[in-house]
Amino acid sequence: MTQQLNNPIVRIEQLSKSFKQQQVIDALSVDFLSDQRIALIGQNGAGKTTLIRCILGQYNYEGKLDVFGLNPRKDRREILQQIGFVPQTPPPIKLTVNELIHFFERITKTDAAAFKNISSKLGLEIEQNLHKPFYKLSGGMKQKLLISFALGRQVKILLLDEPSANLDPQAREILFAQLKDYSKDTLMILSSHRMDEIKDIVNRVIEMDLGKIVLDKLLTNT
Amino acid sequence: MQRTLFTHSSLIQIMNADIRQNLRSKWFWTYSILFGGFVAVMFSTGITESQIIGFVGLSRLMVTFMQVSMVILPIYVLITTVRSVVGDRESNVMEYMLSLPVSFSGYFWGKFSAKFLVTFIPVFIALLGAAVYGNFTKLDVPWDLFTLYSALLASMIFCFLGISMFISAVSHSQDLAISTAFILWLLLVAFLDLILMGLLLKLRLDAGTVIGLGMINPLQVFRTAVLVLFDPELTVMGAASYFILDTVSRGWFITFAIVYPVLLGALFGWFGNYFFKTRDII
Repeated sequence: MTQQLNNPIVRIEQLSKSFKQQQVIDALSVDFLSDQRIALIGQNGAGKTTLIRCILGQYNYEGKLDVFGLNPRKDRREILQQIGFVPQTPPPIKLTVNELIHFFERITKTDAAAFKNISSKLGLEIEQNLHKPFYKLSGGMKQKLLISFALGRQVKILLLDEPSANLDPQAREILFAQLKDYSKDTLMILSSHRMDEIKDIVNRVIEMDLGKIVLDKLLTNT
Repeated sequence: MQRTLFTHSSLIQIMNADIRQNLRSKWFWTYSILFGGFVAVMFSTGITESQIIGFVGLSRLMVTFMQVSMVILPIYVLITTVRSVVGDRESNVMEYMLSLPVSFSGYFWGKFSAKFLVTFIPVFIALLGAAVYGNFTKLDVPWDLFTLYSALLASMIFCFLGISMFISAVSHSQDLAISTAFILWLLLVAFLDLILMGLLLKLRLDAGTVIGLGMINPLQVFRTAVLVLFDPELTVMGAASYFILDTVSRGWFITFAIVYPVLLGALFGWFGNYFFKTRDII
């Protein structure tokens, strides 16, 4: 895990993934560098979420995929200790907010104060919701808490799968400000349908269509 | 260092989280109240004062408790557990939980352990409560029977948990998992005596085959073991129990009845975990 800056920390060669007869990722080759903030765009079914799940070690695949030089399927704990993830849809976890925070503290070895700090900035007062089951929070509150868990950790990779989908405009603004200020040494991959929202944060745009990269462009505005 | 490893172990954390979620479910409380209430009802209706074929006092209560457990526990474990892995997959809970530094095996066995504890502890407490209350009311407490029945309950729960977790890990949907579990339970119940007797009479199977079929059925093993210390005339047992106990010694059978279901559950659990960690998790 001792990667130099600007070295690829995610290296993908000829990656393919299909479900039954449907090819979702088609012989994809790409490298992601440690200081890159990547907008991963494309229509529904383009393969964005599948690519993220491959990086998280949740799918088997053909081809080669290294994260920190390790295999995401075999070395998952070591890799995932360095990845913060926000899913597209918050899962219906039945733990209370308090229990979930303690679970996160122990699993990720992070102080709860870090999560609470971020959530407070996003406008979520954790203390008032500690005893509510997570799944009973509103969509926006759930998303804010998951964002806090991802950003509160000091990780080397942030994978954000449409993180602003459930957020109100004010929270979106704060989220993007937080992302902009986040460590420059962290690889950030933001999957989104709305390029206009994230154009000020990212320095690389990758567009996918039918499992292939159809556009890969470095930006110089950040 | 060891404490750090223990507290950060993904298995322990997943188990801990799963226990908390189970304690919040209506299933768990219905089940706990059912068993606790059953013991209370048996005491209040004077079952300990009745006598049937040598069963009397707390022994009579415990045998009845075990017979009820045999009916309720397997189907309860199957129906409530088969949804755990496949349910987490369908609801995207697994996508999120396994984006954290949690090992596949830690996740699987953590859920397994949690379910074992929340299923075993209520029935154990109900049985223990009966023994303690019996002792308090000056009844003779058959501690040897209590120990044997606790071990049999733990063994049967472990067995059906292993089977359920396997079904859950290989099923593509909750509906399929529940249907499979229900059909399996019906088959095991049917093979307790009805089908065995039919095979014996129609196909003129030899006793060895009947014993073999009986002894691979964990429900049959449990049922026979519950009654094995009593009933020297074998009058309350079914045909399969009669054949089994006519062939093997009681001591041997008790050992088998505790060890075999645990091994069967562990085997299914191992295969379930293998499928879980080698397949796409979503």
